[in-house]
Amino acid sequence: MKVIPIGRSDAVAAFDDCEEASGEVRKVDLPLARREFLQGSGVLMGVLASGSLLAGLAPSTAWALELKSLTTAEGNSIMALGRVLYPHAKLPDAVYALLAKALDGKAAADAGAARTLKNGIEVLDGPTPGSFIKQSAVMKLAIVKRIEGSDFFNMVRGECITALYDNDMAFATFGYPGSAWEKGGYITRGFQDLKWLPNPPAEASPPPYLG
Amino acid sequence: MAKFDFNDDGVVVVIGSGAGGGTLANELCQKGIKVVLLEAGARQSSASFINDEWKSFSQLAWLDARTTSGSWRVAKDFAGLPAWICKTVGGSTTHWAGASLRFQEHEFRAKTTYGAIDGANLLDWPVTLKELEPYYAKAENKMGVTRTNGIPGLPGNNNFKVMHAGATKLGYKEVHTGRMAINSQPRDGRGRCMQLGFCFQGCKSGAKWSTLYTEIPKAEATGNLDLRTEAHVTRIEHDNTGKVTAVTYRDSAGKEQRQSARLVCVAGNSIETPRLLLMSESDMFKDGLANSSGQVGRNYMRHMTGSVYAAFKNPVHMYRGTTMAGIIQDEAMHNPKRGFAGGYEMETLSLGVPFMAAFLNPGGWGAEFAWWMEHYVQTAGMWLVGEDMPRETNRVTLNTKVKDQWGNPAPNVHFDDHPNDIAMRKHAFKQGEEVYKAAGAIKTFQTPPYPSTHNLGTCRMSAKASDGVVNKWGQTHDIDNLFISDGSQFTTGGAENPTLTIVTLAIRQADYIAKQMAERAI
Repeated sequence: MKVIPIGRSDAVAAFDDCEEASGEVRKVDLPLARREFLQGSGVLMGVLASGSLLAGLAPSTAWALELKSLTTAEGNSIMALGRVLYPHAKLPDAVYALLAKALDGKAAADAGAARTLKNGIEVLDGPTPGSFIKQSAVMKLAIVKRIEGSDFFNMVRGECITALYDNDMAFATFGYPGSAWEKGGYITRGFQDLKWLPNPPAEASPPPYLG
Repeated sequence: MAKFDFNDDGVVVVIGSGAGGGTLANELCQKGIKVVLLEAGARQSSASFINDEWKSFSQLAWLDARTTSGSWRVAKDFAGLPAWICKTVGGSTTHWAGASLRFQEHEFRAKTTYGAIDGANLLDWPVTLKELEPYYAKAENKMGVTRTNGIPGLPGNNNFKVMHAGATKLGYKEVHTGRMAINSQPRDGRGRCMQLGFCFQGCKSGAKWSTLYTEIPKAEATGNLDLRTEAHVTRIEHDNTGKVTAVTYRDSAGKEQRQSARLVCVAGNSIETPRLLLMSESDMFKDGLANSSGQVGRNYMRHMTGSVYAAFKNPVHMYRGTTMAGIIQDEAMHNPKRGFAGGYEMETLSLGVPFMAAFLNPGGWGAEFAWWMEHYVQTAGMWLVGEDMPRETNRVTLNTKVKDQWGNPAPNVHFDDHPNDIAMRKHAFKQGEEVYKAAGAIKTFQTPPYPSTHNLGTCRMSAKASDGVVNKWGQTHDIDNLFISDGSQFTTGGAENPTLTIVTLAIRQADYIAKQMAERAI
């Protein structure tokens, strides 16, 4: 087997302005303490169910989300609250984590928002911290109904609209392809492919102009 | 692009570049008249439009501070967003769906036809359909309205198939893909519709008519247009004879500028236009410019609107293709036997997942809400648009407690439904549901009015100066060289989407202005 050494060729050396590095990786002393990576106060993590629609689309099935202001427990409570407000068994935790991320961002930027969130989560848990997420579905719904209309409820519910529904995972789950212009729109991709009702007559709906 | 001097008092200043301002500017430029067109927004293009509902909203929507009051649900659900209209070159013609219907003859005589209605400030227009017909024809040709001028109708998408099947089963007769200012085949240097499905987010193919890439470039080509973008007008000035003489505006750097004017035409849509007149109050005009009638800002109309969405056992994929893909016109006539005056149109509508979540049921949550989102691809939708009653108490006023980015008072939009509006909406909701049930719907939903996309009437036309703000030409009763050129002029709203009529009035107003200028009357 012929070995071709990887080094500077004479042809390349002729170009003065082409400074190619040798390719050798310099060893650097980096302290790998976990604390250095986690500047924030909490982490949410999970795995997209293998074989699921989203696992097939995602670059990796494992995900992690760093929280700057909320604790891990608070993040988990927010996710659980999101699932009561907008219950979608088909949406993975990864989507509800986006809700926690959005609210965490608000909390990190505004002390008042942080207070509303942390106090609200305390109300959800009642006398036992961390208990909300352990309740039954029926109990969780009853608790949420009781706080309906509060500032905390309104803040979280309002955030859900964009956090849960304005992302690629939700689009894929609900069958919405999103942007269409780069694919040429739908004029040749099924804009009138519905077969379970009769086609309107040409007078009501003329055929498309295809050149 | 022409460049006119700040001190050039021979120019016509047009404020706003949408359906009214953009068209008026071009019509005047074509006649050799110099126009300074001041647009508060930036200049986008088909290339910069975004097929993403929230991102596009941030790009195109008017998001300056606004407040709301009154019993309308928009004040509760969208307190800071009374209207979904635009701040961009082309105005709301970038965002509109393209529906281009003429008013019906009796709608110009709303007071005579409907009679006096308690709590409604009805008035007949000082123009008739007959007078506007030649201009409607010009507008339809200019905009390339399907089913006029030999232009074929658009092909109907799945959403329309569902509407058509249900409507015809129910006995409706006037069901078709509408009269739309969207090219069904190449025309006027623009391609035909590719059924992109993002009409509301700016047409990336240019098939839908918008002043952005029609009127404005044509005006520029004459050499008579000086378009200044990110130029936000804050005051209209006048001399001691009461003639307007200049406008002041904030330029793109936030610096205050003054542009002299021979005449000023205001086309900022029906919230900003009266706001500007009110903000321009002076010792001579203590209630704002051109407001001797007290009607500036009043009679705000947003059309009776609402939507019906329906879920089916089988897929619809309503998002594929034009947003407003077809229409049922049978309910548009005046038939008081239904229990209300005036009529309404039923037009298909589609929203993407992000906006369905935001607007289907504002404030809604829980299992039922989630059910609708999970049935997204099996959902069809329609928008109901009908004539709402003008009321003096529905009005745009200056909110002295809330300031905009320039320190000026934000506009407040106050609105209460009239009983006629409520009765009409109830009827329309029911009919919409019946259409979808006839097509096999398993579930239907009545969606309340969105932040208003049709905004009308706040500087209305009237025969007598005491009843309104402008005459039959859109010229203010009080000030000869001050014109209103947008939907604020509408005396009543009719059942039809307003853009075609706004363009029609602008073409006609340009003829009048040119004649008046030639006679040196203004």
